[in-house]
Amino acid sequence: MDDILRDDPMDTLRLLDSTAPITHVDFGIPAAVLAEMTHRCPLQCPYCSNPVELERSSAELTTEEWKKVMTELAELGVLQFHFSGGEPTVRKDIVELVRHARAVGLYTNLITSAVMLTEAKVKELADAGLDHAQVSFQGAESGVADRIAGFKDAHKKKLQAAKWLKDAGLPLTVNAVMHRQNLHQLPDIIEMAVSLGASRLEVANVQYYGWALKNRAALMPTVEQLDATTKLVEESRERLKGKLVIDYVIPDYYAERPKKCMGGWGRQFFNISPSGKVLPCHAAESITGLEFDSVRGNKSIAWIWQNSDAFQKYRGTGWMPEPCKSCDFREIDWGGCRCQAFALTGDAGNTDPACHLSPLHDKIFKLAQTEAATDVREFKYRNYANATPKGGEAN
Amino acid sequence: MLGTAEAMTDERPPLTEASRPVLPRYARLHYDKVRQRHVLLVPERVLVPDDTAIEILQLCDGKRTIGDIVDLLAAKYVADRDLIGGDVIVMLEDLRGRDFLVVVEGD
Ligand code: SF4
Ligand code: SF4
Repeated sequence: MDDILRDDPMDTLRLLDSTAPITHVDFGIPAAVLAEMTHRCPLQCPYCSNPVELERSSAELTTEEWKKVMTELAELGVLQFHFSGGEPTVRKDIVELVRHARAVGLYTNLITSAVMLTEAKVKELADAGLDHAQVSFQGAESGVADRIAGFKDAHKKKLQAAKWLKDAGLPLTVNAVMHRQNLHQLPDIIEMAVSLGASRLEVANVQYYGWALKNRAALMPTVEQLDATTKLVEESRERLKGKLVIDYVIPDYYAERPKKCMGGWGRQFFNISPSGKVLPCHAAESITGLEFDSVRGNKSIAWIWQNSDAFQKYRGTGWMPEPCKSCDFREIDWGGCRCQAFALTGDAGNTDPACHLSPLHDKIFKLAQTEAATDVREFKYRNYANATPKGGEAN
Repeated sequence: MLGTAEAMTDERPPLTEASRPVLPRYARLHYDKVRQRHVLLVPERVLVPDDTAIEILQLCDGKRTIGDIVDLLAAKYVADRDLIGGDVIVMLEDLRGRDFLVVVEGD
Protein backbone atom coordinates (compact mmCIF):
# COMPACT_ATOMS: atom_id res chain seq x y z
CA MET A 1 0.00 0.00 0.00
CA ASP A 2 2.87 2.40 -0.61
CA ASP A 3 1.87 4.04 -3.79
CA ILE A 4 -1.44 5.05 -2.38
CA LEU A 5 -2.50 7.88 -4.56
CA ARG A 6 -1.15 8.31 -7.99
CA ASP A 7 -1.51 11.90 -8.96
CA ASP A 8 -1.68 11.95 -12.69
CA PRO A 9 -1.98 14.97 -14.89
CA MET A 10 -5.01 14.73 -17.09
CA ASP A 11 -2.78 13.70 -19.99
CA THR A 12 -2.69 10.11 -18.90
CA LEU A 13 -6.41 9.93 -19.27
CA ARG A 14 -6.22 10.93 -22.86
CA LEU A 15 -4.64 7.66 -23.86
CA LEU A 16 -2.41 9.16 -26.47
CA ASP A 17 0.06 7.45 -28.67
CA SER A 18 2.33 10.17 -29.92
CA THR A 19 4.65 7.99 -31.95
CA ALA A 20 2.25 6.26 -34.31
CA PRO A 21 1.43 7.88 -37.65
CA ILE A 22 -1.25 10.41 -37.10
CA THR A 23 -4.00 9.05 -39.35
CA HIS A 24 -4.12 5.76 -37.51
CA VAL A 25 -4.20 7.05 -34.00
CA ASP A 26 -7.44 7.03 -32.12
CA PHE A 27 -7.26 10.13 -30.03
CA GLY A 28 -8.73 9.53 -26.61
CA ILE A 29 -11.39 12.05 -25.84
CA PRO A 30 -10.12 14.92 -23.71
CA ALA A 31 -10.88 14.76 -20.01
CA ALA A 32 -12.10 18.36 -20.01
CA VAL A 33 -14.05 20.41 -22.53
CA LEU A 34 -14.48 24.16 -22.64
CA ALA A 35 -17.91 25.35 -23.69
CA GLU A 36 -18.46 28.92 -24.77
CA MET A 37 -22.10 29.19 -23.76
CA THR A 38 -22.47 32.61 -25.38
CA HIS A 39 -20.37 35.44 -26.73
CA ARG A 40 -22.52 38.00 -24.94
CA CYS A 41 -20.68 39.70 -22.09
CA PRO A 42 -21.26 42.92 -20.18
CA LEU A 43 -17.51 43.46 -19.96
CA GLN A 44 -15.34 44.67 -22.83
CA CYS A 45 -11.85 43.42 -22.03
CA PRO A 46 -9.51 44.50 -24.81
CA TYR A 47 -7.58 41.21 -24.59
CA CYS A 48 -10.64 38.97 -24.81
CA SER A 49 -9.82 35.63 -26.39
CA ASN A 50 -13.15 35.42 -28.18
CA PRO A 51 -12.99 35.77 -31.97
CA VAL A 52 -13.36 39.29 -33.39
CA GLU A 53 -16.42 37.98 -35.21
CA LEU A 54 -18.67 37.53 -32.21
CA GLU A 55 -21.60 35.14 -32.53
CA ARG A 56 -25.05 36.63 -31.95
CA SER A 57 -27.44 35.28 -29.34
CA SER A 58 -29.85 34.12 -32.06
CA ALA A 59 -27.18 31.68 -33.24
CA GLU A 60 -26.59 30.14 -29.79
CA LEU A 61 -27.39 26.52 -29.04
CA THR A 62 -30.70 26.13 -27.24
CA THR A 63 -31.08 24.68 -23.76
CA GLU A 64 -32.01 21.31 -25.21
CA GLU A 65 -29.10 21.36 -27.63
CA TRP A 66 -26.60 22.07 -24.86
CA LYS A 67 -28.11 19.31 -22.74
CA LYS A 68 -27.76 16.86 -25.58
CA VAL A 69 -24.13 17.92 -26.03
CA MET A 70 -23.39 17.40 -22.33
CA THR A 71 -24.99 13.99 -22.30
CA GLU A 72 -23.00 12.97 -25.36
CA LEU A 73 -19.75 14.28 -23.87
CA ALA A 74 -20.30 12.42 -20.61
CA GLU A 75 -20.95 9.21 -22.52
CA LEU A 76 -17.74 9.69 -24.47
CA GLY A 77 -15.72 9.93 -21.28
CA VAL A 78 -15.35 13.69 -20.84
CA LEU A 79 -15.10 14.29 -17.09
CA GLN A 80 -15.03 18.05 -16.64
CA PHE A 81 -17.16 20.69 -18.31
CA HIS A 82 -16.10 24.33 -18.22
CA PHE A 83 -18.93 26.83 -18.59
CA SER A 84 -17.23 29.73 -20.32
CA GLY A 85 -18.09 32.48 -22.77
CA GLY A 86 -18.49 35.43 -23.16
CA GLU A 87 -20.23 35.52 -19.85
CA PRO A 88 -21.99 32.20 -19.20
CA THR A 89 -24.35 33.64 -16.60
CA VAL A 90 -25.91 35.85 -19.30
CA ARG A 91 -27.81 32.73 -20.30
CA LYS A 92 -31.09 32.45 -18.47
CA ASP A 93 -30.83 28.67 -18.43
CA ILE A 94 -27.42 28.54 -16.77
CA VAL A 95 -28.71 26.96 -13.54
CA GLU A 96 -30.67 24.36 -15.46
CA LEU A 97 -27.61 23.55 -17.57
CA VAL A 98 -25.36 23.18 -14.53
CA ARG A 99 -27.92 20.85 -13.02
CA HIS A 100 -28.01 18.77 -16.18
CA ALA A 101 -24.22 18.61 -16.40
CA ARG A 102 -24.12 17.27 -12.86
CA ALA A 103 -26.93 14.83 -13.52
CA VAL A 104 -24.96 13.23 -16.34
CA GLY A 105 -21.88 13.03 -14.09
CA LEU A 106 -19.77 15.95 -15.33
CA TYR A 107 -17.63 18.00 -12.96
CA THR A 108 -18.76 21.58 -13.46
CA ASN A 109 -16.61 24.69 -13.51
CA LEU A 110 -18.00 28.19 -14.03
CA ILE A 111 -15.59 30.65 -15.65
CA THR A 112 -17.17 33.99 -15.01
CA SER A 113 -16.60 37.73 -14.86
CA ALA A 114 -19.00 37.54 -11.90
CA VAL A 115 -20.54 41.00 -12.38
CA MET A 116 -24.00 39.58 -13.04
CA LEU A 117 -24.06 37.23 -10.08
CA THR A 118 -26.43 37.90 -7.20
CA GLU A 119 -26.41 36.15 -3.86
CA ALA A 120 -29.55 34.28 -4.87
CA LYS A 121 -28.05 33.19 -8.18
CA VAL A 122 -24.90 31.92 -6.48
CA LYS A 123 -27.03 29.86 -4.14
CA GLU A 124 -29.07 28.47 -7.03
CA LEU A 125 -25.91 27.51 -8.86
CA ALA A 126 -24.47 25.83 -5.79
CA ASP A 127 -27.71 23.97 -5.18
CA ALA A 128 -27.71 22.85 -8.81
CA GLY A 129 -24.37 21.20 -8.08
CA LEU A 130 -21.76 23.64 -9.33
CA ASP A 131 -18.35 22.27 -8.33
CA HIS A 132 -15.90 25.12 -8.85
CA ALA A 133 -15.83 28.77 -9.90
CA GLN A 134 -13.20 30.87 -11.60
CA VAL A 135 -13.58 34.62 -11.34
CA SER A 136 -11.64 36.97 -13.59
CA PHE A 137 -10.12 40.16 -12.23
CA GLN A 138 -8.74 42.99 -14.37
CA GLY A 139 -6.65 44.66 -11.66
CA ALA A 140 -6.26 45.03 -7.91
CA GLU A 141 -8.53 48.05 -7.46
CA SER A 142 -11.41 49.77 -9.23
CA GLY A 143 -9.45 52.55 -10.94
CA VAL A 144 -7.37 50.29 -13.16
CA ALA A 145 -9.69 47.30 -13.19
CA ASP A 146 -12.90 49.05 -14.23
CA ARG A 147 -11.19 50.95 -17.01
CA ILE A 148 -9.77 47.74 -18.48
CA ALA A 149 -13.07 45.90 -18.12
CA GLY A 150 -14.92 48.84 -19.65
CA PHE A 151 -17.58 48.40 -16.97
CA LYS A 152 -18.46 50.65 -14.06
CA ASP A 153 -18.11 49.09 -10.60
CA ALA A 154 -16.98 45.78 -12.10
CA HIS A 155 -14.25 45.32 -9.51
CA LYS A 156 -16.52 45.96 -6.54
CA LYS A 157 -19.09 43.53 -7.89
CA LYS A 158 -16.44 40.85 -8.42
CA LEU A 159 -15.16 41.13 -4.86
CA GLN A 160 -18.68 40.75 -3.55
CA ALA A 161 -19.49 37.80 -5.81
CA ALA A 162 -16.26 36.03 -4.90
CA LYS A 163 -17.33 36.19 -1.24
CA TRP A 164 -20.74 34.75 -2.04
CA LEU A 165 -19.13 31.91 -3.96
CA LYS A 166 -16.84 31.10 -1.06
CA ASP A 167 -19.73 31.33 1.41
CA ALA A 168 -21.61 28.82 -0.71
CA GLY A 169 -18.76 26.38 -0.11
CA LEU A 170 -17.29 26.58 -3.60
CA PRO A 171 -13.56 26.50 -4.19
CA LEU A 172 -12.43 29.64 -5.95
CA THR A 173 -9.84 30.33 -8.60
CA VAL A 174 -8.88 33.92 -9.36
CA ASN A 175 -7.96 34.54 -12.99
CA ALA A 176 -5.83 37.57 -13.69
CA VAL A 177 -4.90 38.44 -17.24
CA MET A 178 -1.81 40.62 -17.12
CA HIS A 179 -0.38 43.21 -19.50
CA ARG A 180 1.55 46.46 -19.50
CA GLN A 181 -1.27 48.46 -17.95
CA ASN A 182 -1.88 46.28 -14.91
CA LEU A 183 1.31 44.32 -14.24
CA HIS A 184 2.32 46.81 -11.54
CA GLN A 185 -0.71 45.66 -9.54
CA LEU A 186 0.23 42.01 -9.45
CA PRO A 187 1.58 42.11 -5.87
CA ASP A 188 -1.81 43.40 -4.71
CA ILE A 189 -3.68 40.92 -6.89
CA ILE A 190 -1.81 38.12 -5.16
CA GLU A 191 -2.77 39.50 -1.73
CA MET A 192 -6.34 39.93 -2.93
CA ALA A 193 -6.51 36.28 -3.98
CA VAL A 194 -5.27 35.24 -0.55
CA SER A 195 -7.74 37.41 1.31
CA LEU A 196 -10.62 36.17 -0.87
CA GLY A 197 -9.71 32.64 0.19
CA ALA A 198 -8.95 31.52 -3.34
CA SER A 199 -7.15 28.20 -3.63
CA ARG A 200 -5.68 29.00 -7.03
CA LEU A 201 -4.50 32.09 -8.84
CA GLU A 202 -3.96 32.02 -12.57
CA VAL A 203 -1.57 34.70 -13.70
CA ALA A 204 -1.79 34.68 -17.47
CA ASN A 205 0.00 37.13 -19.64
CA VAL A 206 -2.06 38.18 -22.64
CA GLN A 207 -1.74 36.00 -25.71
CA TYR A 208 -1.87 38.04 -28.86
CA TYR A 209 -4.57 37.00 -31.27
CA GLY A 210 -8.17 38.09 -31.71
CA TRP A 211 -8.99 41.18 -29.67
CA ALA A 212 -5.59 41.28 -28.02
CA LEU A 213 -3.93 41.58 -31.41
CA LYS A 214 -6.00 44.68 -32.15
CA ASN A 215 -4.81 46.08 -28.81
CA ARG A 216 -1.27 44.82 -28.80
CA ALA A 217 0.42 48.21 -28.68
CA ALA A 218 -1.60 49.13 -25.58
CA LEU A 219 -1.00 45.80 -23.85
CA MET A 220 2.50 44.58 -24.62
CA PRO A 221 4.65 44.53 -21.48
CA THR A 222 8.33 45.42 -21.43
CA VAL A 223 11.05 42.84 -20.91
CA GLU A 224 11.84 44.47 -17.56
CA GLN A 225 8.22 44.19 -16.42
CA LEU A 226 8.23 40.53 -17.33
CA ASP A 227 11.43 39.72 -15.55
CA ALA A 228 10.10 41.40 -12.42
CA THR A 229 6.84 39.47 -12.75
CA THR A 230 8.55 36.12 -13.08
CA LYS A 231 10.59 36.88 -9.98
CA LEU A 232 7.53 37.99 -8.04
CA VAL A 233 5.59 34.86 -9.01
CA GLU A 234 8.45 32.62 -7.93
CA GLU A 235 8.83 34.36 -4.57
CA SER A 236 5.09 34.35 -3.93
CA ARG A 237 4.79 30.67 -4.77
CA GLU A 238 7.40 29.88 -2.19
CA ARG A 239 5.90 32.18 0.42
CA LEU A 240 2.32 30.96 -0.08
CA LYS A 241 3.05 27.26 -0.34
CA GLY A 242 0.09 25.26 0.99
CA LYS A 243 -2.11 28.34 0.86
CA LEU A 244 -2.37 29.44 -2.74
CA VAL A 245 -1.35 27.66 -5.92
CA ILE A 246 -0.12 30.11 -8.56
CA ASP A 247 -0.21 29.11 -12.22
CA TYR A 248 1.79 31.33 -14.50
CA VAL A 249 1.70 31.75 -18.27
CA ILE A 250 4.46 33.89 -19.78
CA PRO A 251 3.92 35.79 -23.02
CA ASP A 252 5.84 33.95 -25.63
CA TYR A 253 6.90 36.91 -27.75
CA TYR A 254 9.77 37.13 -25.30
CA ALA A 255 10.38 33.41 -24.99
CA GLU A 256 13.00 31.26 -26.69
CA ARG A 257 10.62 28.55 -27.65
CA PRO A 258 6.86 28.74 -28.14
CA LYS A 259 4.36 27.32 -25.72
CA LYS A 260 2.89 23.88 -26.26
CA CYS A 261 -0.33 25.51 -27.30
CA MET A 262 -3.46 23.54 -26.33
CA GLY A 263 -1.15 20.62 -25.55
CA GLY A 264 -0.72 20.29 -29.32
CA TRP A 265 -3.42 20.89 -31.91
CA GLY A 266 -6.17 18.29 -31.65
CA ARG A 267 -4.39 16.24 -29.02
CA GLN A 268 -5.82 17.16 -25.65
CA PHE A 269 -8.38 19.86 -26.06
CA PHE A 270 -11.41 21.06 -27.91
CA ASN A 271 -13.98 23.67 -27.27
CA ILE A 272 -17.51 24.28 -28.42
CA SER A 273 -18.55 27.70 -29.67
CA PRO A 274 -21.90 29.29 -28.75
CA SER A 275 -23.45 28.07 -31.99
CA GLY A 276 -22.05 24.56 -31.56
CA LYS A 277 -18.90 24.59 -33.67
CA VAL A 278 -16.29 22.16 -32.40
CA LEU A 279 -12.96 23.98 -32.36
CA PRO A 280 -9.39 22.80 -31.69
CA CYS A 281 -8.72 26.05 -29.81
CA HIS A 282 -10.85 28.96 -28.60
CA ALA A 283 -9.10 31.23 -31.11
CA ALA A 284 -9.16 28.77 -34.02
CA GLU A 285 -11.80 30.74 -35.88
CA SER A 286 -9.29 33.55 -36.29
CA ILE A 287 -7.62 31.32 -38.88
CA THR A 288 -9.45 32.02 -42.12
CA GLY A 289 -10.02 29.13 -44.46
CA LEU A 290 -10.55 26.45 -41.82
CA GLU A 291 -13.97 24.80 -41.80
CA PHE A 292 -15.38 23.61 -38.51
CA ASP A 293 -17.98 20.93 -37.99
CA SER A 294 -20.88 21.65 -35.68
CA VAL A 295 -22.71 19.59 -33.09
CA ARG A 296 -25.82 20.64 -35.03
CA GLY A 297 -24.77 18.60 -38.03
CA ASN A 298 -25.30 14.88 -38.42
CA LYS A 299 -21.86 13.87 -37.15
CA SER A 300 -21.12 12.74 -33.63
CA ILE A 301 -18.77 14.77 -31.47
CA ALA A 302 -16.45 11.75 -31.32
CA TRP A 303 -16.30 11.64 -35.13
CA ILE A 304 -15.60 15.36 -35.34
CA TRP A 305 -12.80 15.06 -32.78
CA GLN A 306 -11.19 12.12 -34.52
CA ASN A 307 -11.68 12.93 -38.17
CA SER A 308 -12.79 16.43 -39.03
CA ASP A 309 -10.56 18.45 -41.37
CA ALA A 310 -9.91 21.25 -38.91
CA PHE A 311 -8.51 18.82 -36.34
CA GLN A 312 -6.57 16.73 -38.83
CA LYS A 313 -4.99 19.65 -40.61
CA TYR A 314 -2.41 20.53 -37.93
CA ARG A 315 -2.50 17.42 -35.81
CA GLY A 316 0.79 15.67 -35.14
CA THR A 317 3.91 16.51 -37.14
CA GLY A 318 2.98 15.70 -40.74
CA TRP A 319 1.95 19.26 -41.59
CA MET A 320 5.17 20.80 -40.30
CA PRO A 321 7.53 22.87 -42.43
CA GLU A 322 11.17 23.44 -41.56
CA PRO A 323 12.58 24.31 -39.05
CA CYS A 324 10.01 22.30 -37.05
CA LYS A 325 10.07 19.25 -39.31
CA SER A 326 13.57 18.20 -38.36
CA CYS A 327 13.63 19.73 -34.90
CA ASP A 328 14.01 17.65 -31.74
CA PHE A 329 11.31 19.66 -30.03
CA ARG A 330 8.60 18.92 -32.57
CA GLU A 331 6.78 16.50 -30.29
CA ILE A 332 7.35 18.70 -27.25
CA ASP A 333 5.87 22.02 -28.32
CA TRP A 334 4.18 20.73 -31.51
CA GLY A 335 5.40 23.80 -33.39
CA GLY A 336 3.72 26.30 -31.06
CA CYS A 337 0.48 28.12 -31.62
CA ARG A 338 -1.34 27.89 -34.98
CA CYS A 339 -3.42 30.97 -34.29
CA GLN A 340 -0.33 33.02 -33.52
CA ALA A 341 1.44 31.68 -36.61
CA PHE A 342 -1.56 32.79 -38.67
CA ALA A 343 -1.85 36.17 -36.98
CA LEU A 344 1.83 36.98 -37.47
CA THR A 345 2.73 35.26 -40.74
CA GLY A 346 -0.60 34.93 -42.54
CA ASP A 347 -0.19 31.14 -42.71
CA ALA A 348 -1.25 28.91 -39.84
CA GLY A 349 1.04 26.21 -41.25
CA ASN A 350 4.21 28.13 -40.43
CA THR A 351 6.44 27.74 -37.41
CA ASP A 352 5.13 29.95 -34.61
CA PRO A 353 7.29 33.10 -34.74
CA ALA A 354 7.57 32.93 -30.96
CA CYS A 355 10.23 30.30 -31.67
CA HIS A 356 13.78 31.62 -31.95
CA LEU A 357 14.30 29.32 -34.95
CA SER A 358 11.52 30.98 -36.91
CA PRO A 359 12.90 33.35 -39.56
CA LEU A 360 10.44 35.93 -38.24
CA HIS A 361 11.39 35.68 -34.59
CA ASP A 362 13.73 38.67 -34.45
CA LYS A 363 11.25 40.88 -36.20
CA ILE A 364 8.52 39.88 -33.74
CA PHE A 365 10.74 40.34 -30.75
CA LYS A 366 11.73 43.84 -31.90
CA LEU A 367 8.13 44.69 -32.67
CA ALA A 368 7.13 43.66 -29.16
CA GLN A 369 9.88 45.81 -27.68
CA THR A 370 8.92 48.77 -29.81
CA GLU A 371 5.27 48.46 -28.91
CA ALA A 372 6.05 48.00 -25.24
CA ALA A 373 7.99 51.27 -25.31
CA THR A 374 5.06 53.26 -26.72
CA ASP A 375 2.69 55.16 -24.50
CA VAL A 376 -0.46 53.95 -26.25
CA ARG A 377 -3.12 53.65 -23.58
CA GLU A 378 -6.48 53.64 -25.37
CA PHE A 379 -8.17 50.34 -25.95
CA LYS A 380 -10.26 49.08 -28.77
CA TYR A 381 -12.88 47.56 -26.51
CA ARG A 382 -14.37 44.16 -27.13
CA ASN A 383 -18.03 44.67 -28.01
CA TYR A 384 -20.44 44.04 -30.85
CA ALA A 385 -19.90 47.52 -32.29
CA ASN A 386 -16.16 46.95 -32.64
CA ALA A 387 -16.61 43.36 -33.80
CA THR A 388 -15.98 42.33 -37.37
CA PRO A 389 -19.30 41.65 -39.06
CA LYS A 390 -19.78 38.02 -40.10
CA GLY A 391 -17.86 37.31 -43.26
CA GLY A 392 -16.09 40.66 -43.06
CA GLU A 393 -12.38 41.34 -43.13
CA ALA A 394 -10.35 41.64 -40.00
CA ASN A 395 -8.65 45.00 -39.64
CA MET B 1 -26.32 16.16 6.17
CA LEU B 2 -22.72 15.86 7.14
CA GLY B 3 -22.20 18.44 9.86
CA THR B 4 -19.76 21.28 9.65
CA ALA B 5 -16.44 20.77 8.04
CA GLU B 6 -13.60 22.35 9.93
CA ALA B 7 -12.19 25.59 8.64
CA MET B 8 -9.11 25.09 6.52
CA THR B 9 -6.14 26.53 8.27
CA ASP B 10 -2.47 25.87 8.09
CA GLU B 11 -2.14 24.86 11.71
CA ARG B 12 -4.78 22.21 11.83
CA PRO B 13 -4.13 19.30 14.16
CA PRO B 14 -2.92 16.11 12.52
CA LEU B 15 -5.43 13.41 11.64
CA THR B 16 -5.94 10.77 14.30
CA GLU B 17 -7.97 7.59 14.52
CA ALA B 18 -10.79 9.67 16.01
CA SER B 19 -11.05 11.99 12.98
CA ARG B 20 -14.06 11.62 10.72
CA PRO B 21 -12.88 12.33 7.19
CA VAL B 22 -15.09 13.17 4.25
CA LEU B 23 -14.56 14.47 0.75
CA PRO B 24 -15.62 18.12 0.39
CA ARG B 25 -18.32 18.89 -2.14
CA TYR B 26 -15.77 19.84 -4.79
CA ALA B 27 -13.78 16.58 -4.66
CA ARG B 28 -15.87 13.85 -6.18
CA LEU B 29 -15.13 10.19 -6.50
CA HIS B 30 -16.56 9.23 -9.85
CA TYR B 31 -16.70 5.94 -11.70
CA ASP B 32 -15.51 6.53 -15.23
CA LYS B 33 -17.35 4.01 -17.37
CA VAL B 34 -15.28 4.68 -20.46
CA ARG B 35 -11.88 4.13 -18.83
CA GLN B 36 -13.35 1.63 -16.36
CA ARG B 37 -11.78 3.10 -13.27
CA HIS B 38 -12.60 5.41 -10.42
CA VAL B 39 -11.26 8.93 -10.65
CA LEU B 40 -11.25 11.74 -8.16
CA LEU B 41 -12.56 14.92 -9.75
CA VAL B 42 -11.16 18.14 -8.30
CA PRO B 43 -10.84 21.68 -9.68
CA GLU B 44 -8.86 21.63 -12.92
CA ARG B 45 -7.54 18.14 -12.28
CA VAL B 46 -8.43 14.52 -12.43
CA LEU B 47 -6.66 12.34 -9.89
CA VAL B 48 -6.34 8.63 -10.42
CA PRO B 49 -6.41 6.84 -7.06
CA ASP B 50 -5.24 3.23 -6.86
CA ASP B 51 -7.60 0.47 -5.73
CA THR B 52 -6.73 0.78 -2.07
CA ALA B 53 -7.16 4.53 -2.04
CA ILE B 54 -10.53 4.13 -3.72
CA GLU B 55 -11.64 1.68 -1.09
CA ILE B 56 -10.59 4.05 1.69
CA LEU B 57 -12.26 7.04 0.08
CA GLN B 58 -15.49 5.11 -0.33
CA LEU B 59 -15.49 4.55 3.41
CA CYS B 60 -14.98 8.25 4.19
CA ASP B 61 -18.56 9.29 4.81
CA GLY B 62 -18.08 11.84 7.58
CA LYS B 63 -19.58 9.39 10.09
CA ARG B 64 -16.94 6.67 10.32
CA THR B 65 -13.77 7.56 12.17
CA ILE B 66 -10.41 6.68 10.70
CA GLY B 67 -10.27 4.02 13.42
CA ASP B 68 -13.50 2.49 12.07
CA ILE B 69 -12.11 2.50 8.56
CA VAL B 70 -8.88 0.82 9.65
CA ASP B 71 -10.86 -1.83 11.55
CA LEU B 72 -12.89 -2.62 8.47
CA LEU B 73 -9.83 -2.90 6.25
CA ALA B 74 -7.83 -4.92 8.79
CA ALA B 75 -10.70 -7.40 9.11
CA LYS B 76 -11.26 -7.64 5.40
CA TYR B 77 -7.61 -8.20 4.48
CA VAL B 78 -6.62 -10.02 7.66
CA ALA B 79 -3.72 -7.62 7.87
CA ASP B 80 -1.66 -5.92 10.54
CA ARG B 81 -3.81 -3.14 11.97
CA ASP B 82 -0.97 -0.77 12.84
CA LEU B 83 0.52 -0.98 9.41
CA ILE B 84 -2.80 -0.26 7.71
CA GLY B 85 -3.56 2.54 10.14
CA GLY B 86 -0.33 4.34 9.33
CA ASP B 87 -0.86 4.04 5.60
CA VAL B 88 -4.44 5.24 5.74
CA ILE B 89 -3.45 8.33 7.68
CA VAL B 90 -0.59 9.15 5.31
CA MET B 91 -2.88 8.89 2.32
CA LEU B 92 -5.64 11.00 3.87
CA GLU B 93 -3.20 13.64 5.14
CA ASP B 94 -1.82 13.97 1.65
CA LEU B 95 -5.30 14.65 0.29
CA ARG B 96 -6.16 16.99 3.14
CA GLY B 97 -2.95 18.93 2.54
CA ARG B 98 -4.30 19.75 -0.89
CA ASP B 99 -7.75 20.62 0.52
CA PHE B 100 -9.35 17.62 -1.16
CA LEU B 101 -10.38 16.12 2.18
CA VAL B 102 -11.91 17.65 5.29
CA VAL B 103 -12.83 16.30 8.70
CA VAL B 104 -16.19 16.61 10.38
CA GLU B 105 -16.16 18.06 13.88
CA GLY B 106 -18.13 16.58 16.79
CA ASP B 107 -20.15 13.38 16.72
S1 SF4 C 1 -12.32 38.39 -21.42
FE1 SF4 C 1 -13.59 40.04 -20.62
S2 SF4 C 1 -14.85 40.64 -22.39
FE2 SF4 C 1 -14.00 38.62 -22.90
S3 SF4 C 1 -15.56 37.19 -22.22
FE3 SF4 C 1 -14.11 37.44 -20.52
S4 SF4 C 1 -14.98 39.05 -19.22
FE4 SF4 C 1 -16.01 39.17 -21.22
S1 SF4 D 1 11.46 24.80 -34.62
FE1 SF4 D 1 9.35 24.20 -34.30
S2 SF4 D 1 9.47 22.32 -33.10
FE2 SF4 D 1 11.50 23.32 -32.96
S3 SF4 D 1 11.41 24.54 -31.10
FE3 SF4 D 1 10.77 25.87 -32.79
S4 SF4 D 1 8.54 25.71 -32.87
FE4 SF4 D 1 9.28 24.01 -31.61
